[in-house]
Amino acid sequence: MSRLYTQDHEWIDVAGGTATVGITDYAQGQLGDVVFVDLPDAGRQVAKGGEAAVVESVKAASDVYAPVSGTVTESNPALADDPSLVNTAPEGDGWFFKLTLSDASELDGLMDKAAYDAFVASL
Amino acid sequence: MADDADLNILPLDALHRRLGARMVPFAGYAMPIQYDGIIAEHSWTREQAGLFDVSHMGQLLVEGADLAAVAEWLESLAPGDFKALQPHRVRYSLLLADNGGILDDLMVTNTGKSFYLVVNGATKQADIAHMMARLPAGITLHHMVDHALLALQGPQAVTVMSRFDLVPETADQPAFADLKFMAGARYHWNGVLLGITRSGYTGEDGYEISVPAAQAEALAEALLAHAEVKPIGLGARDSLRLEAGLPLYGHDLNPEITPVEADLSFAISKRRKMDGGFPGAARVLDQLLNGAPRKRVGLAIEGRMPAREGATVWAGDRQVGVLTSGGFAPSLNAPIAMAMIETPLAGDGTALEIDVRGKRIAARVVPMPFRQKNYVREGNKP
Repeated sequence: MSRLYTQDHEWIDVAGGTATVGITDYAQGQLGDVVFVDLPDAGRQVAKGGEAAVVESVKAASDVYAPVSGTVTESNPALADDPSLVNTAPEGDGWFFKLTLSDASELDGLMDKAAYDAFVASL
Repeated sequence: MADDADLNILPLDALHRRLGARMVPFAGYAMPIQYDGIIAEHSWTREQAGLFDVSHMGQLLVEGADLAAVAEWLESLAPGDFKALQPHRVRYSLLLADNGGILDDLMVTNTGKSFYLVVNGATKQADIAHMMARLPAGITLHHMVDHALLALQGPQAVTVMSRFDLVPETADQPAFADLKFMAGARYHWNGVLLGITRSGYTGEDGYEISVPAAQAEALAEALLAHAEVKPIGLGARDSLRLEAGLPLYGHDLNPEITPVEADLSFAISKRRKMDGGFPGAARVLDQLLNGAPRKRVGLAIEGRMPAREGATVWAGDRQVGVLTSGGFAPSLNAPIAMAMIETPLAGDGTALEIDVRGKRIAARVVPMPFRQKNYVREGNKP
């Protein structure tokens, strides 16, 4: 399944019942230099649209929301050593966390890449 | 947040946009927050020279036929020894309310025939109203709205400025090469009269340059033409001043905080400590003698997670203070903060905890500046 996007600039890759979540290149550009990411622990329940992580730039802290509801299975250990991966590889090695979906129908409202790119262009 | 349409536009607005700045609302103006990125700009200023547009700040000229009378009046507003401030010297001072609370912090230069004040952008209108309400006959206050203010900061600032042909306005003013830290004078450059002080807000050597608005872009372009100079935004200005331990008005300082609580007692001149006569002197001098209930301190934070303004500070299960500024220090590669802490727990080395989103993180009171300043003072080797 291809990548989907939220209006809050998170992306989600779904494979079967699990998914990987991160923030988009547009989002990292807006945040600037990322110096820390406060990631959810494995086992934490997150709700669609609810706070799931906090990304800290030099200047400010910004919430990252869960694109769908589910249970966190793993957060990206590489971000502890090198939070700047969020800037250099936001849609790759700079992923935030993985989760198991509790309701796959929540994916229906998310944007595909073409829709997200159009959304960003409208901002 | 103000609509972009409501924002005031500064003289260098077009230049900032041409240089690729991200513009944000600040103190009622559209201001550049960053160009290349805060960490790159911060490091550049520490190693080379950064050009800052601080034209949102208020530039005021206080004049009168009798300069001693002007100094006397300023001493009724702020605790500096302005009568003893020599021509072409600069002092940091504090505009105080009648209860000793800090209304603003400012720089005061004796130009030889007037006093030149630089006040904060967000407070300048209130400052002007405060001063106008107390202005005696024979003294005038002029808001230099037709002037921009640039800052060139960093170890290469002196090298760059020395390449400019700067001629002192009058023979009694120091040659540019002799201008040391916290000194200032006026210089002709290319037919433009510049007011230059060797001062700044980064902890680095450097200059603040007052320039007529119509010539501001030409000066900024002339500075940026040097390989050592890059434009720096407000984001890095904040991280640089935080590392330097310099307070930011509206955050670390406000009308509820006295100079002693702010740990700015150095701004109360020796003669004023003995004689008083400034607003709130009774309370402030009592705090100097007997201590204040709380104090602005620096905090080193364990780990990598920054703590921000407003986060609460704890000793065990008791809240003992609050963060007034906090962020990531690029030159230290670690989070740091300033906090207002109950005085018994404000001693260097005291272990405390900060609540960040419900998590307790370990912090320790440390001396400021967090990073050694690089000023070129009178008597320093060049």
